Amino acid sequence: MKKVSVQCRNVRLAYGSTPVLKDVSLDIQPGEFFALLGPSGSGKSTLLRLVAGFNRQQHGQVLVDGRDIGGLPPWQRNVGMVFQNYALWPHMTVWDNVAFGLVERKVAKPTLQTRVAAALDLVGLGALAQRRPSQLSGGQQQRVALARTIVIEPQVLLLDEPLSNLDKTLRVQMRQELLAMQRRLGLTTIFVTHDQEEAMTTADRMAVLDHGVVQQVGTPTALYDTPANTFVAGFVGTMNMLPAQRLAAAAGLLRCSVDGVGDFELPPPAQDSGAGALLLSFRPHALQVAAADIEASQRSPQCLWLRGLVEASEFLGEVTRYRVRVGPHALAVDHPHRAGHPLHAPGSSVQLGLDLAQLRLLNA
Amino acid sequence: MRTPLGEHPGTSPGALAAGALVLAFLLLFFVLPVGRVFITAFLDSDGSFTLGHFSAFFNQGLMREAFFNSLYVAVMAAVFAALIAVPLAYFTVRFEFRGALLIQTLGVLPLIMPPFVGAVALQLIFGRSGSINLLLQQHLGFSLPIMEGLNGVVFVEAIHYFPFILMNLTVALRNIDGAMEEAAQNLGCTGWRLFWRVVFPLAAPGFVAGASLVFVKVFDDLGTPLVMGQTNLLAPQAYLRITQVGLEDPLGYVISVIMIAFSIGAMALSALSLKGRDYSTLQKGGGSLQRRRLSAWAGVAAYGWIVAVLLLTLSPHIGVLLLSFAKVWSFSPLPDAYTLAHYATVFADSSGMVKNTLLYCGLAAGLDVVLGVSIAYLMLRTRLPARQWLDWIATASLAVPGIVLAIGYLRVFKGVTLPGTDVLLTSTWVMIMLAYAVRRLPYALRSCVAALQQLHVNLEEAAHSLGATRLRTVRRVVLPLMGGGILAGFVTSFITAAVELSATILLVSADSQAPMSYGIYLYMQSIAGRGPGAALGVLAIGVVALGTWLSHRVVDRSARMTQPMKASP
Repeated sequence: MKKVSVQCRNVRLAYGSTPVLKDVSLDIQPGEFFALLGPSGSGKSTLLRLVAGFNRQQHGQVLVDGRDIGGLPPWQRNVGMVFQNYALWPHMTVWDNVAFGLVERKVAKPTLQTRVAAALDLVGLGALAQRRPSQLSGGQQQRVALARTIVIEPQVLLLDEPLSNLDKTLRVQMRQELLAMQRRLGLTTIFVTHDQEEAMTTADRMAVLDHGVVQQVGTPTALYDTPANTFVAGFVGTMNMLPAQRLAAAAGLLRCSVDGVGDFELPPPAQDSGAGALLLSFRPHALQVAAADIEASQRSPQCLWLRGLVEASEFLGEVTRYRVRVGPHALAVDHPHRAGHPLHAPGSSVQLGLDLAQLRLLNA
Repeated sequence: MRTPLGEHPGTSPGALAAGALVLAFLLLFFVLPVGRVFITAFLDSDGSFTLGHFSAFFNQGLMREAFFNSLYVAVMAAVFAALIAVPLAYFTVRFEFRGALLIQTLGVLPLIMPPFVGAVALQLIFGRSGSINLLLQQHLGFSLPIMEGLNGVVFVEAIHYFPFILMNLTVALRNIDGAMEEAAQNLGCTGWRLFWRVVFPLAAPGFVAGASLVFVKVFDDLGTPLVMGQTNLLAPQAYLRITQVGLEDPLGYVISVIMIAFSIGAMALSALSLKGRDYSTLQKGGGSLQRRRLSAWAGVAAYGWIVAVLLLTLSPHIGVLLLSFAKVWSFSPLPDAYTLAHYATVFADSSGMVKNTLLYCGLAAGLDVVLGVSIAYLMLRTRLPARQWLDWIATASLAVPGIVLAIGYLRVFKGVTLPGTDVLLTSTWVMIMLAYAVRRLPYALRSCVAALQQLHVNLEEAAHSLGATRLRTVRRVVLPLMGGGILAGFVTSFITAAVELSATILLVSADSQAPMSYGIYLYMQSIAGRGPGAALGVLAIGVVALGTWLSHRVVDRSARMTQPMKASP
């Protein structure tokens, strides 16, 4: 099957006077598994429904395989969509649900039967073809919805929060199955989610949306390591962000000082104007924790060492997340956990080692 | 089902006693009378079992005709009601236009007037020498026999009962998740195919429920055919048999059994076809079907249709209103002169009737609410053995025509006197009131059950954990929160009892006991009485409309009161 690209060019959409998408442009590569990540109300579902044809943009274009599909109604787009609540028709059996799209396309009966059977086998539900949707578990319903969509061999597959109605263990399993299937079919797939873990574990690339604006597009690692702004930094993972004072710029580096922590020389943010407030940002695991009485000689030399007071701790298994007060700042700190190592109790003094290689500057 | 609260709540003496009282009431005033009707239909004069009465029934040409006439009228009324209701329901849900509110209002209007009152008015408007036909005759030289014979009954009943289909179908359509339709469009389905393959099948349960209700109501209706002079139907035949031949005539009982059998049959059929098909697919966070804008021409057509139907459904009301003010109205499109005399007559003669209606219906509705709350609580909050049976028995009274219940009362309580006196029980108004209570219990019960189901068990558990006993919790938490539902149940029972005729007509033993519905019927028997009858009808409509409006307001307000508690974000 031919892999196709999907592009959005300067798409704008408003419900009445409320803008939902503001000049959205995206370039999704053929065969790519692309995630749209954002909080509720960010416009990500609207964007997905726009590609499916259920919403119309007031401005801009949506192109599939280079062709503008803006004038086509949903039923002529050949874009398959899996709905958040699956939207399986309760008055039809699993088989009839899956066969629905082929019946609409007037596919001859022998071909139809082979294709429906193949789709059901692909999702591992061949044995349940005569059941009604209400007799299936959530995971099985999800698979039927998927089979119903891919059986028509759409050019593009749209998934609207496909895993949000499943419980946690099933979600991880379905996530892997979805990805395996997408790789096998080579189907360009757009996947809407509000769960950053889901997006990062599956997507080739992802776009973070907020208030109808694309904040950043890139691979999961790129977004995690070099977030473009404070929204992406805070939404994809956890980030410590401390206000920093500009001191001087020299040789492509920016000198700045953080109250109660110290001075740093770092590359400036990507689109720095040369003025305006700055934030020093680093992930919780960029910090090491050591007991207050450890000697300076025993501490890692690549780190800047600070004194702090433990305010709270959450034991998460792999790590313990502390909230540590350093001067005016409350820092999130992840400390890898090993059996036998006692936790630092709230109220105890600790030393924090800040890994200098992990620091970034952001515009506030 | 979750049954919380304590370890053995079912065995608590309070619950047992309440259950026993409710059961005793249902047995004495519902199961026993109806059972007696059944038994009588199958008993020979010497007390042995026989099917002879049934063969006698079907051997009489008149009875066979009545049977098939009833079937014809009920089926055709359902068909015509569907023709009116289906497009209206689809318009309200599918399209974005202001007519939706109009349709909603129009949906309840017919129900607030007893159909037999409408029959008289429709005769004056659509009858052989009614307004429409006079105008047609004058200007176009032909007339429409709409109100002739059985088709007249079909016409009146369809106009009166189509809201049952409209309301059920509208709810069913509203409960379809928009994604159901979008998924079909996404797979290439659109237009009529979309409607027939996805939308209508999903809404079908609502349609079937409404249509079977229309069938049952029409099949059992006594007042309309009587007023229209169509006595060759089952219900009027049963009435004539009992009143003219006597309480011993077996054919009256045979007809009763047949009517019950058909009511149960229609309901069972609809329940069976709906089994396992809870298609209300709307989910949390989902939107319903997307509304579309009408094109200009389609808008004109839709409004035209709605206005035409609105006029049609309002014509009984308009007719009754005109009639109540008309000095003389015959062989002319509109009354020749107007007067307030009919109202004066009604106020002079019939204040007793108004008082009787308020008394009987108030007591009956009060009784219904007490029974309804008790059954709902026993059913949902205790483990009383066989508690479900209380609900089933109470609901079964939907299938029993008023006239059958009345026959059962006359039979069972024959010769029973009030304790300590010589007054016959069947000669008092208590019988009328009890018949109302039993027949309207299902309405009040459903309101109470719905209200209690919406009440999360945690609210009661919280009260218990703070030290309130079961009884105290019911008083301080359950009843206040069920208040809206209870009141809605009271009002529904009240207003539907106020227009009840079929049981009343048999149970009224003296004119001084007559409620308004019977009074209207009596007035309508004579040409001279039509004016005051219509005036009394207008009063009845006023009472019922006021009650409906009040209950809507109360339900709306209590819904708004509990809403913020559910909203999570």
